[in-house]
Amino acid sequence: MSSTDQAVLQHGHRDDYGSRMGMWLFLFTELILFGGLFIIYAVYRYMHQQEFHMAAQELNTTIGLINTIALLTSSMTAAMSITAMQKGNIRFSKGLIWITIGFAFMFMVNKFFEWSAKINHGIFPGSKDLLAKPDGEILYFGLYYVMTGLHTFHVIIGVIFFLFILRQIKQGKIHSTRYVRLENSALYWHLVDLIWIFLFPLFYLIH
Amino acid sequence: MAKTAMPEEKVEPSYLEVSTNKHKKGILSWILSVDHKRIGILYLFSMMAFFTVAVIFGFLIRLELIAPGRTIIDAQTYNQLFTLHGIIMIFLFIIPGLPAVFGNFFLPIMIGAKDVIFPRLNLMSWYMFVFGGLFAVASMLLPGGSADTGWMFYVPYSVRTNTNVLPALIAAFILGFSSILTGLNFITTIHRMRHPDMSWFKMPLFVWSLYATAWIQVLATPIIGITLALVGIERLLGVGIFDPALGGDPVLYQHLFWIYSHPAVYIMILPAMGVVSEIIPVFSRRSIFGYKFIAFSSLAIAFFGSLVWAHHMFTAGMSDTAQFVFSFITYVVSIPSAIKVFNWLSTMYKGSIKLDPPFLYVMSFIVQFSIGGFTGLMLGALSLNIHLQDTSFVVAHFHYVMFGGTGFGIFAAMHYWLPKMFGRMYNLKVATWAWGIVTVGYNMLYMPMFIMGYLGMPRRYFDYLPQFQPYHVASTIGSWILIIGLIIMFTNLWIGMRKGPKTSMNPWGGETLEWKIQTPPILENFHEVPDIHAGPYDYSKYEAKKETTK
Repeated sequence: MSSTDQAVLQHGHRDDYGSRMGMWLFLFTELILFGGLFIIYAVYRYMHQQEFHMAAQELNTTIGLINTIALLTSSMTAAMSITAMQKGNIRFSKGLIWITIGFAFMFMVNKFFEWSAKINHGIFPGSKDLLAKPDGEILYFGLYYVMTGLHTFHVIIGVIFFLFILRQIKQGKIHSTRYVRLENSALYWHLVDLIWIFLFPLFYLIH
Repeated sequence: MAKTAMPEEKVEPSYLEVSTNKHKKGILSWILSVDHKRIGILYLFSMMAFFTVAVIFGFLIRLELIAPGRTIIDAQTYNQLFTLHGIIMIFLFIIPGLPAVFGNFFLPIMIGAKDVIFPRLNLMSWYMFVFGGLFAVASMLLPGGSADTGWMFYVPYSVRTNTNVLPALIAAFILGFSSILTGLNFITTIHRMRHPDMSWFKMPLFVWSLYATAWIQVLATPIIGITLALVGIERLLGVGIFDPALGGDPVLYQHLFWIYSHPAVYIMILPAMGVVSEIIPVFSRRSIFGYKFIAFSSLAIAFFGSLVWAHHMFTAGMSDTAQFVFSFITYVVSIPSAIKVFNWLSTMYKGSIKLDPPFLYVMSFIVQFSIGGFTGLMLGALSLNIHLQDTSFVVAHFHYVMFGGTGFGIFAAMHYWLPKMFGRMYNLKVATWAWGIVTVGYNMLYMPMFIMGYLGMPRRYFDYLPQFQPYHVASTIGSWILIIGLIIMFTNLWIGMRKGPKTSMNPWGGETLEWKIQTPPILENFHEVPDIHAGPYDYSKYEAKKETTK
């Protein structure tokens, strides 16, 4: 506390602790946003256990697993980029951010193929094939598209955050003693990762 | 006292003359300014514009109901009007009303800070507010007709109606996001920006109520965000989530809607309670009674208020156990509210009361909020709820809490703080008359709704049986009186703001920090923060004087 207070005194409006606190509050709101979807999932899965199980067979666990590994690793590289920045190794830090973005694209490409395969099989909202299925499966795929779609949207936002960070590193606004924006972006990225860790078993690993 | 303009020693250019950006004058120096005071005023005027529109809609609804059958508009227009009236009043007036206008302006000053912690985010919240408002306006003007679902957007109707539900949903979503960002900003500001001498229990009670409000804003609003987004996605893409035709459960929608929308009524009422806690000590010249109880009761209301949502749905289909639990917690919420009311009344005891307009509005608040609160308990009782559900009794109840409570709280705050914000005083005599007319009109408008609701008049009905007509006529005449009062009140405030006599630093004799700085405040509020060791409501000098004269 005392060190951050000194920082406030020295730099006027700068308050890294406050910035992180704001970010954590924002992450709470994101958790609750997804929390609403998890409630809906829980209710419908309770109502239609068998059909959720059947529908989950359609998903490709391997692609899901690869995506899980990609996101987990990217979370690690994001955390490492902060440490590299703290130690003043800006080039390494930037490299790690680029690797994080690379994993994000890998995730999205996988997701793209996964969705296109589903759509080719006629499983998409409002399709004749889907509407012919029982209620539980319609709900399952509705939630599948909404929840993974919203998650992928968050992946894109995370990438945009990191691109901004790279620009600010280039402009010298982020350096070894001023890196709270990098920290906040990494916090956001961990959230994206965390939510996927819940989505993966809920949709892919139902037995 | 208020009218005698005391010449100040040296008057510095106020925030009204100096902006934070390079633009010296004109609209750009306002809409690009990150000064919390200017943002507060931006909110004030945009909010009042929406309020005016919604009042006109309310007036038309009442006029239509003066006689059975079609009077001035058809049933479809009637449905659209009450929907828009609800959406605008709730999302664009009451929710942002106190926190975004007076919270923005006075929260940093009251805790001895120069601004909020994230000033640019603060400005962004205002832009989102305006942007959301534009979507609400678009839903009115676009072809297809404005939404006719009621502000609750209940599925399946909201998925199937052909009106412009989507723009209205987007509006509510964006406005929710704006509200979240304001809450996030306030929590962090209160934690990080307090002056070192401003400990938690020296904070003014308005700040405490904003703190409790901000937590609800941050923790409850995302639920409505995702729920309304899902309805939008369901409409747009036909994804099966809530529509029973696709296996969905409409009652689940109602749960999710009220998980936010019940706490939202506490977002609306808590800041008004904070205003009341500010005004009563000042106009009674008494230290507030039970400071900590009032502070913690705000947090208790925020906590328990988040656990009562299903009392809106007792007739929608729920287990008996769930009904019992939700009814019980509903009764529990009334305890912290009652604690506040009793503490306010105890503060006035043996006080030296001055009946200036802000205090008069607070008096109306206490009476009307109590009526609203008690009828809320009637609705929370399971047996009575079945009789009263979906009658105009419910409409009267929430208008007593939301308008008679929060609305009057906003009016009280305007009369209390506008002289500080603009440095000019309104006409006190006219303001007192306006208060009388508004209070009479208000009660005449909503009191008959209790009676006819109890007798069986359904809410939201376009037509009704002839036996209800006397009540409807009384109610509609009340709406005219109310609107006349509102016009007098706002005209008086407007003229006062523009041309009224200059006020002193502390026209009411307040002891919180905003009264110890220049009127109107300077750009960064303080050169040096005044002494704050005494606490916010230290009227011991007046109290001691009274003891000796006795």
